[in-house]
Amino acid sequence: MTKDKEITCIVCPIGCKILVDLDGKQIKNLEGNKCKQGIDYAINEALDPRRMLTSSILVIGGNWPLVSIKSSQPVPRDKVFQVLKEIKKIKVKAPIKLGQIILTNIANTNINIIATKSIEKL
Amino acid sequence: MSNQDVDVAVIGGGPAGLAAAVSAKEHGAKHVVILDRNSWLGGILPQCIHDGFGVEETGESMTGPEYAEKYISMAQQQNIGVMNETMVLHFDKKREIIAVNKKGIHKIKAKTIVLAMGCREKTRWSAMIPGDRPSGIFTAGVAQSFINLYNIMPGKNVVILGSGDVGLIIARRLKFEGANVLGVIEILPYASGLPRNVVQCLDDYDIPLFLNHTVTSIEGRERLERIAIAQVNKNMNPISGTERQIKCDTLLLSLGLIPENELLKNADIKIDEITGGPVVDQNLETTLGGVFACGNCLQVYDTVDMLSIDAKRAGKNAAKYNKSKKLKTSIKLIAGKGVRYVVPQKIDVAGTVHITLRSEKPQEKSILWIIENDKIILRKKLRFVNPANMVKLVIEIPPEVVKSGHKLEVIIDDKR
Repeated sequence: MTKDKEITCIVCPIGCKILVDLDGKQIKNLEGNKCKQGIDYAINEALDPRRMLTSSILVIGGNWPLVSIKSSQPVPRDKVFQVLKEIKKIKVKAPIKLGQIILTNIANTNINIIATKSIEKL
Repeated sequence: MSNQDVDVAVIGGGPAGLAAAVSAKEHGAKHVVILDRNSWLGGILPQCIHDGFGVEETGESMTGPEYAEKYISMAQQQNIGVMNETMVLHFDKKREIIAVNKKGIHKIKAKTIVLAMGCREKTRWSAMIPGDRPSGIFTAGVAQSFINLYNIMPGKNVVILGSGDVGLIIARRLKFEGANVLGVIEILPYASGLPRNVVQCLDDYDIPLFLNHTVTSIEGRERLERIAIAQVNKNMNPISGTERQIKCDTLLLSLGLIPENELLKNADIKIDEITGGPVVDQNLETTLGGVFACGNCLQVYDTVDMLSIDAKRAGKNAAKYNKSKKLKTSIKLIAGKGVRYVVPQKIDVAGTVHITLRSEKPQEKSILWIIENDKIILRKKLRFVNPANMVKLVIEIPPEVVKSGHKLEVIIDDKR
């Protein structure tokens, strides 16, 4: 079965609307891109969209109530809320160092959750 | 009252102030001090927990807090003095700063000053939204600080007015924290933020974007209960009959930013009415000798990367400042047809000049001209100019042009 997907390219500020004609996992046709870079983007976006995930985690005994975090790799888009759910379950003890790994292999993605801020112990 | 003498005093410890201070130190200033109102350094960066900072400047994509810590550790390594929770009340033509903090009043005599006070968000009153005055109406940046720094949710059912990047990013953030984001309202026919953020913050989570719409009324006794939105015509006036109500408890405003320059009034520094920042020369020196400006109090930047690059120049020039070298003559650089504004506004030394400007309207292909009377100084093809994307240029100004005293006009023409 073929299916059309409209993808807004984010490679540059022009934001081309690229129409991807998908047949299962095969790209049949692709149109609307003004440059070549748009092709790679549209293919990835159609077959395996991923997003860098940033959020925050509760801190115990720190100079701030939260520590900001990021995913070590872009997370598959359909797993974003699963990852967020895992993150909300935990609290981290201060002190925390920027770059510290807070959680490993979150939601079985092989992706780690990393602190993006240093928190001092109060 | 405490007294101290410094080489460079930097007012504001956000990204611009940090970059300027680090650069001043690197270029020979011995005693550099940063004065900031907050208890932390980095300004707004710690609450901007999303990534994408630093790509242009370093090639590496960082989150806001990571970008801030990079500069904070550089400042620490270089022994830059920091006075936190300190409010600058006044400075004068002799570059004498009066500041106050819990310890009392401080008088700081500075050889040079770098202004890096940043900007403020426009409020409900900038957009003249009529109606009640309940709680539940916040600027987007304030809501962002509540959520990301203080662990406070601003509300449950949220509407966002303004589709700039801050508005889009806060929409996703609210969704992540379990709020119901009912929509983003934009008066223009297109989103003001980057396509990347429209896709990744709205489309990904099915948050509706209402283009050509605005908020026409606010209702609620204690807390916000509902707003009305309406479609607008070409002149951005609401079209009667298109009004509809949205039940919500929170309205976030992402209406744009205004440079923060209250302090300049006492010092008699000239302000550019379009940028909202001080008039500067090619060294980013204001109309008061020895006082330099950078960051969002000079002009509101698109990215922290471009802001830091310019702020470093301000810091360097402040460190190397020597008033005897200054020439008497200066030429004006003015925004002509198709150009909203240009920085710097004047040039008094020939040589390499870094220029930033914004176009008046979006154009796919155009030509930028810099003209002295009838003489062409520069002709450059531009692809896809947009008022939302700052244009950056580096040009060589020959000595005879500066000596001529003629103004230079910057034009963006749609004819190719």
